[in-house]
Amino acid sequence: MGLELYLDLISQPSRAVYVFAKKNGIPFELRNVELLKGQHLTKEFFLVNSLQRVPTLKDGDFLLSESVAILIYLSFKYKTADHWYPSDLQARVRIHEYLGWHADRIRGTFGVSLWTQVLAPLIGAQVPEEKVKRNRTNIDKALQHLEDKFLGHKAFLTSQQVVAVGCPLFEGRPRLSAWRERVEAFLGTDLCQEAHGPIFHIVEQAANKTLPDPSPEFYPNMLLRIFRIP
Amino acid sequence: MGLELYLDLLSQPCRAVYIFAKKNRIPFELRTVELLKGQHRSDAFAQVNPLRKVPALKDGEFTLAESVAILLYLSRKYKAPDHWYPEDLQARARVDEYLAWQHTALRSSCTRAMWQKMMFPVFLGERVPPETLASTLAELDSCLQLLEDKFLKDQDFLTGPHISVADLVAITELMHPVSAGCQIFKSRPKLAAWYKRVEAAVGEDLFQEAHAVVMKAKDLPPADTAMKEMLKPLVQVLLR
Repeated sequence: MGLELYLDLISQPSRAVYVFAKKNGIPFELRNVELLKGQHLTKEFFLVNSLQRVPTLKDGDFLLSESVAILIYLSFKYKTADHWYPSDLQARVRIHEYLGWHADRIRGTFGVSLWTQVLAPLIGAQVPEEKVKRNRTNIDKALQHLEDKFLGHKAFLTSQQVVAVGCPLFEGRPRLSAWRERVEAFLGTDLCQEAHGPIFHIVEQAANKTLPDPSPEFYPNMLLRIFRIP
Repeated sequence: MGLELYLDLLSQPCRAVYIFAKKNRIPFELRTVELLKGQHRSDAFAQVNPLRKVPALKDGEFTLAESVAILLYLSRKYKAPDHWYPEDLQARARVDEYLAWQHTALRSSCTRAMWQKMMFPVFLGERVPPETLASTLAELDSCLQLLEDKFLKDQDFLTGPHISVADLVAITELMHPVSAGCQIFKSRPKLAAWYKRVEAAVGEDLFQEAHAVVMKAKDLPPADTAMKEMLKPLVQVLLR
């Protein structure tokens, strides 16, 4: 069995890994783990990743979680082009600098919109308006920092993969917009559409009220996640 | 001007960087940036790190923020022994995996546990609802369980038989709730044994030195009005 990638494309770090692997022609078996169906909580998946999270990589007996670790592993093992994870020390650590900031400001912030706009309403959970407002402010601040401090670094796609549901992220931000277009052009429209298919599909289904209800066993997990929105 | 490290040893990631640099005898000028005095908000410091956070590094013209980036930079530039941040593909991946996980998991619960249990009542004179503290401590407990089960397992150190930057980052995090009086090692003999090994590998003197500031945090005089005002935005984040 070759390389296996356990992913759910509605998850942003999964998308980053997917796009990276595809763009670099890395051969892998895609193992879909549907988060909204609670498939990450099964006993079977626990054997793959006891942290019960995606993305997860399985390379023979070697199991690895965390998208950044996976991206670095893939870049070394498959000897991807230098620009993805430059060998020049200063260029390389710039990427880690971005990723540290990203973990604080982008992860956990941009994904919230999917919860507030789609998933919470789906299970009839209320998110206080104050939290929604706070999230919008945090998104705005993050975008500003992204533009001012980080733009220009072709870091792993981690940031390009963000999708904030219902938020016109790039409106009024021509520099970010232009950057996003450059990244998309580099990756290719097909691949980008493929990677974002599932999440856009979910948003569409939600709009048409055809989004299936999550399994009830998954509700407590979902409620906990909603409660944790700052 | 040689290497400068902008640190406040009150901060967990700063301690990890400090210990790493000292242990590996990396020559540097220590530039203390006192967070509680708002020194990170100065214009001068913004020249070093526009995001105004510590730790930050300045190496000639090159400036760098984020502890993981700094640890990687130091380990490669000063050719620290391989075990700290291994070159081997899988060994390195284990370190990267831990460093990524801890950033959004352990870090948050350690910071909030320390602030909610100690800094809020003692330093800020603010009451923390008991349910909030209980919930934070429960979260910390789950993270500690994951640390033991998923990372440490039956190994001597978090990522294998040798100490790495992952252990430094982890131990400095755990000392945060310890400084607030949380007895995290009491019912966790495996973790306690690991703690002893890390301290021994680092050297007790260096370990104590790096933690002197945070261990004395409980004796800080109460914050004045200006400090409280400055810390207000943080308060809201830390009260989750």
